[in-house]
Amino acid sequence: MAALAEEQTEVAVKLEPEGPPTLLPPQAGDGAGEGSGGTPNNGPNGGGGAVAAAAAAGGDGGTPKPVVAASAAAPAGAAPVPAAATEAGAPHDRQTLLAVLQFLRQSNLREAEEALRREARLLEEAVAGSGAPGELDGAGAEAASALLSRVTASVPGSAAADPPGSGASAATVFSGSASGPAAPGKVGSVAVEDQPDVSAVLSAYNQQGDPTMYEEYYSGLKHFIECSLDCHRAELSQLFYPLFVHMYLELVYNQHENEAKSFFEKFHGDQECYYQDDLRVLSSLTKKEHMKGNETMLDFRTSKFVLRISRDSYQLLKRHLQEKQNNQIWNIVQEHLYIDIFDGMPRSKQQIDAMVGSLAGEAKREANKSKVFFGLLKEPEIEVPLDDEDEEGENEEGKPKKKKPKKDSIGSKSKKQDPNAPPQNRIPLPELKDSDKLDKIMNMKETTKRVRLGPDCLPSICFYTFLNAYQGLTAVDVTDDSSLIAGGFADSTVRVWSVTPKKLRSVKQASDLSLIDKESDDVLERIMDEKTASELKILYGHSGPVYGASFSPDRNYLLSSSEDGTVRLWSLQTFTCLVGYKGHNYPVWDTQFSPYGYYFVSGGHDRVARLWATDHYQPLRIFAGHLADVNCTRFHPNSNYVATGSADRTVRLWDVLNGNCVRIFTGHKGPIHSLTFSPNGRFLATGATDGRVLLWDIGHGLMVGELKGHTDTVCSLRFSRDGEILASGSMDNTVRLWDAIKAFEDLETDDFTTATGHINLPDNSQELLLGTYMTKSTPVVHLHFTRRNLVLAAGAYSPQ
Amino acid sequence: MAEEKKLKLSNTVLPSESMKVVAESMGISQIQEETCQLLTDEVSYRIKEIAQDALKFMHMGKRQKLTTSDIDYALKLKNVEPLYGFHAQEFIPFRFASGGGRELYFYEEKEVDLSDIINTPLPRVPLDVCLKAHWLSIEGCQPAIPENPPPAPKEQQKAEATEPLKSAKPGQEEDGPLKGKGQGAAAADGKGKEKKAPPLLEGAPFRLKPRSIHELSVEQQLYYKEITEACVGSCEAKRAEALQSIATDPGLYQMLPRFSTFISEGVRVNVVQNNLALLIYLMRMVKALMDNPTLYLEKYVHELIPAVMTCIVSRQLCLRPDVDNHWALRDFAARLVAQICKHFSTTTNNIQSRITKTFTKSWVDEKTPWTTRYGSIAGLAELGHDVIKTLILPRLQQEGERIRSVLDGPVLSNIDRIGADHVQSLLLKHCAPVLAKLRPPPDNQDAYRVEFGSLGPLLCSHVVKARAQAALQAQQVNRTTLTITQPRPTLTLSQAPQPGPRTPGLLKVPGSIALPVQTLVSARAAAPPQPSPPPTKFIVMSSSSSASSTQQVLSLSTSAPGSGSTTTSPVTTTVPSVQPIVKLVSTATTAPPSTAPAGPGSVQKYIVVSLPPTGEGKGGPPSHPSPVPPPSSSPSPLGGSALCGGKQEAGDSPPPAPGTPKANGSQPAGPGSPQPAL
Repeated sequence: MAALAEEQTEVAVKLEPEGPPTLLPPQAGDGAGEGSGGTPNNGPNGGGGAVAAAAAAGGDGGTPKPVVAASAAAPAGAAPVPAAATEAGAPHDRQTLLAVLQFLRQSNLREAEEALRREARLLEEAVAGSGAPGELDGAGAEAASALLSRVTASVPGSAAADPPGSGASAATVFSGSASGPAAPGKVGSVAVEDQPDVSAVLSAYNQQGDPTMYEEYYSGLKHFIECSLDCHRAELSQLFYPLFVHMYLELVYNQHENEAKSFFEKFHGDQECYYQDDLRVLSSLTKKEHMKGNETMLDFRTSKFVLRISRDSYQLLKRHLQEKQNNQIWNIVQEHLYIDIFDGMPRSKQQIDAMVGSLAGEAKREANKSKVFFGLLKEPEIEVPLDDEDEEGENEEGKPKKKKPKKDSIGSKSKKQDPNAPPQNRIPLPELKDSDKLDKIMNMKETTKRVRLGPDCLPSICFYTFLNAYQGLTAVDVTDDSSLIAGGFADSTVRVWSVTPKKLRSVKQASDLSLIDKESDDVLERIMDEKTASELKILYGHSGPVYGASFSPDRNYLLSSSEDGTVRLWSLQTFTCLVGYKGHNYPVWDTQFSPYGYYFVSGGHDRVARLWATDHYQPLRIFAGHLADVNCTRFHPNSNYVATGSADRTVRLWDVLNGNCVRIFTGHKGPIHSLTFSPNGRFLATGATDGRVLLWDIGHGLMVGELKGHTDTVCSLRFSRDGEILASGSMDNTVRLWDAIKAFEDLETDDFTTATGHINLPDNSQELLLGTYMTKSTPVVHLHFTRRNLVLAAGAYSPQ
Repeated sequence: MAEEKKLKLSNTVLPSESMKVVAESMGISQIQEETCQLLTDEVSYRIKEIAQDALKFMHMGKRQKLTTSDIDYALKLKNVEPLYGFHAQEFIPFRFASGGGRELYFYEEKEVDLSDIINTPLPRVPLDVCLKAHWLSIEGCQPAIPENPPPAPKEQQKAEATEPLKSAKPGQEEDGPLKGKGQGAAAADGKGKEKKAPPLLEGAPFRLKPRSIHELSVEQQLYYKEITEACVGSCEAKRAEALQSIATDPGLYQMLPRFSTFISEGVRVNVVQNNLALLIYLMRMVKALMDNPTLYLEKYVHELIPAVMTCIVSRQLCLRPDVDNHWALRDFAARLVAQICKHFSTTTNNIQSRITKTFTKSWVDEKTPWTTRYGSIAGLAELGHDVIKTLILPRLQQEGERIRSVLDGPVLSNIDRIGADHVQSLLLKHCAPVLAKLRPPPDNQDAYRVEFGSLGPLLCSHVVKARAQAALQAQQVNRTTLTITQPRPTLTLSQAPQPGPRTPGLLKVPGSIALPVQTLVSARAAAPPQPSPPPTKFIVMSSSSSASSTQQVLSLSTSAPGSGSTTTSPVTTTVPSVQPIVKLVSTATTAPPSTAPAGPGSVQKYIVVSLPPTGEGKGGPPSHPSPVPPPSSSPSPLGGSALCGGKQEAGDSPPPAPGTPKANGSQPAGPGSPQPAL
């Protein structure tokens, strides 16, 4: 901790000496961001964050520090809930608090409980009222366990959210089985009491039906659905998978091992192939004991599977189940499924197939209704010094015609305020430094030389192959001006190459610096050490494979995230590590700088994405809600939003200001491994292990395109500078170029589509594909468009 | 997406015996069956769990292979100490053992002597990571450079050959099939034509295959010129380089039709010229083309097989059959044919059976000269032991008699004698190893004589030798090297220093079409035509032209009419199903106006390269899909240039045979001669 603090002060000096406005939450600590992590209609979720925070504090045992943290979290838990979820009302809030108190008492954490109670200013009667079930809880009273189950059920993402307590909070939910993800040492306090918690989590499975009847129930329903009208069949078929899973889990939970096995054998073939990965997990799960630590199982248990079904189809189903007195299935539908009923025509099979596939069904329609400011921020006015030499040089190159209109367009873009843009100061952004302005001017000059791309004018692709990487290249980034390339490797190193003739120079040692004449004009040149200049600098510091790397926009810093659970900030002046951001206790899969610098986002195995500022050693926001690893994170071009792609096969868009999840995109059939925003901020492209690239309209919250062609994981995606071309790189050793203009051309954004979210995707991948370029045996890990629209691709040659 | 593949989920668990074994290894001897069962369930579950987590690390590490370190990290996620010592790069050498009624797989942990480790020199430091940039694409086109994969991968070439309607433009555009659909409007007119192809299909059922247009870039033309000249030129170093290029370079796909025509043309002409050296060079080109892993040769096999076959069975391949070592060429070509059979023979095209039939027919024929006989036997022998066993061994006795009659009888002609001698040694060489395998060890001279006639005793001694050699080989190393030790004939021709006039003028102006044709004619004139000349050979490519009595069409198909009338040596082969590119036309029909010196009464023929649509006379139906009709101007001058070279060789320096034929028929292996891998 001490070392960290030191580093931190150093940062404070090094970074932003002006003391920029920092994005601090209005409420205390990160609890706010977390507490309001859910969408407004998702009331319990808001409380869930608080539970996790408190539980986390509890898990740390008797040390005084967590108690303080808990007390800080308590108002956070109390405050946002009325604010965010007014319709949820007070009773909900109170239940949440009671549940926390109950948990604390169970865990013998008197201090924390006291603190929470004090802070929450709960009336004595309320405590007394909750006291009764609390007393009974040890014996496993139904009321309490039901209450708890409700609470814990709403903790899906935030369960593992809080940094110090993720282990402990996980233990709460996961019952702290020794092999679960619970941190060692913290298990002790919880393990003693874990039994009631498990039963609380799993209580819903307690209902006993005749195990031998399950197959009959299922095949009965199957028969009913298959015999229903065509228009309903596709919709009702969505029920198969969640019902199958829950029935299987019920069988397993009630220890009917053989029935469970035969049930699985009999019906797993009916499920859609994109559920294969989950089915594989399920198939290994055959005992009640296994359920304790299994994350996939918990995801199912704790989050309701969302189905979108038309009213007609739903009525049909309801009538059938009531006629047949099929309570078993009806219970599951009631308990574990969230059926989002809409009026109107049932959807077609294609429409459904396009949207399903995620771990927890589709997104609720309400989840994508909030307004998103997807426009770009106004560019600051910078007078471009027009030096004549440059102009002439350009004329020599023979492109005087193109230049003129372009310049106008750039000028107009920066002057006019985009109606969809967020207010300029919605998120405090760092002020521009002189060097930034210079860079912007350079950028503009380059822009004038940019090649205008299109189907008839494809970009050239320069491929940077990492040779002798021995399969160890795990991350690549290129600076915006394409002068530096960073590679993260499995051997824990980060290597930075200069791809221009300019070598990488570091600042001289302190002893040498003292000899420099500080008054001289070229002092900035003099401090650089020419002797050690080289094309390659290696950064040592991580203790695990480096899975993410990102340059700061001003090229002074480099971020890297690693398996060791840290994100490190490196200075590219001294080529040393400045800060290690600890928070994710598990591998950090990706990290990225904001397009304006200063902020950065990271996401990892702990299922949350975190927003950081370089000068804070703790995260500013925690984006919790994903049901599995956060594989990739990207900033929106206006820095107000963050998109995350996850192994739960959803993409979420988060508001940086308040930490809310504003969009949930479902439709991918495999873990998402790449994301990119279009330069105008309107669209998002995502690539997954299923080899497909999906295009999303952020404003309307709709899927607008599907690009099929890759045969393996899409590792990298990038739009050209003007957004005409989308380049995708994949593990199948190809780079493909797609016509982005055409893909976004005629969007179905009429009111009906927007309102219902029913999309009809044209199957035009082949028409949109402009080119496929095969490498010899090099997976394409990274893609980058230079300012002049030349594609840089990178990957490590892997001999077969 | 949805109907990709049905998943296979197996509920595999470890056998409970392994639990017992593990328990025993830890010193717990008595363990209950029930406990074992519980343990296996648990352990299997945990292992699966860890494997699933490890997969995650593999994906994030952008790899296709799961490594041991992935499992270590997965264990670390679960707060389990990773397994140390499992850092094998490739695979983990589990070993199998059985005993005491149990079967075990175990990981062998050897005791390591520290001093060994200390004393061994350090391994080479692995190369450091480095960055290398290259152009993957330049404005939408992928440049054909070594860093990029070959422009048209073999699969695509195959797809084009077999499903011509699906493909668009062959060649450099990787995305051809995909792109053609999307932007047909923007494409060049070459593509536009193809777009019209499918509608034509309905109207005219003949036009199954859209005509593909091969346009060679200037660089490709230059390359082609350089390569072909080097291949048939006099500089051996240059030739080696050129052959190396043909054998390895990706992206020769576009030039393949030209190369194929060049070879078949060259053989055609040089067989007539009896130019051994040139024939050898051309065969080496075939070999190099075969060796190139990026080429899909199936489309051109119909051109190559006749050329190669000609080099095997032609009656005369050199000017001085008594001195020159044309036997080596026959051997080499025989191996090539065997290689072709191995690669391209399928149940539908029956190449192997057709070739076998061809060889057998010419061998069985009484009147076949010794040279052809030798070629047929060599060709058969190279096809493998089974062929030797079924086709050659039964005829040994008969053949032995024939050889004896020549060798022991009155000296009729020295050439026959040499031929018989070569056939004998060839038979001995190939039959001995097969017999050594077939027959039980005691080798009795008399038994052999009874069975194989006059060849018996010699065969017996060879079998004994072969046995001894095999035993020796088995002692030394593995048995696969056995074939290598046999003396292989060489194909290098040491060229005599070229005396002055090489007439470079012909080589320098390959652009004009008249010149090469004239060369051809003058060359023909140099070899005086006779009414029924034994040394003159004609090559006929069309299956229907077997009228002339001076030639015999030896067809691969059984139904060819000409094969019955055996007048002279069978020298040419033809694949009946293909449309000829080159036709033999009689002087009466289309004599090039510039070439008049046809001797009166002679059966003078000219070789004319023509495109199928313009083909007159006895050509097949013109609408027949022609495999590769290149623009006529390009290949013929180059074929002509080969011819010039041929003439040059023939006139200036009669190719001195590298190894004059020895009595036992074994040729010394020359340096730099390609050893065909059969």
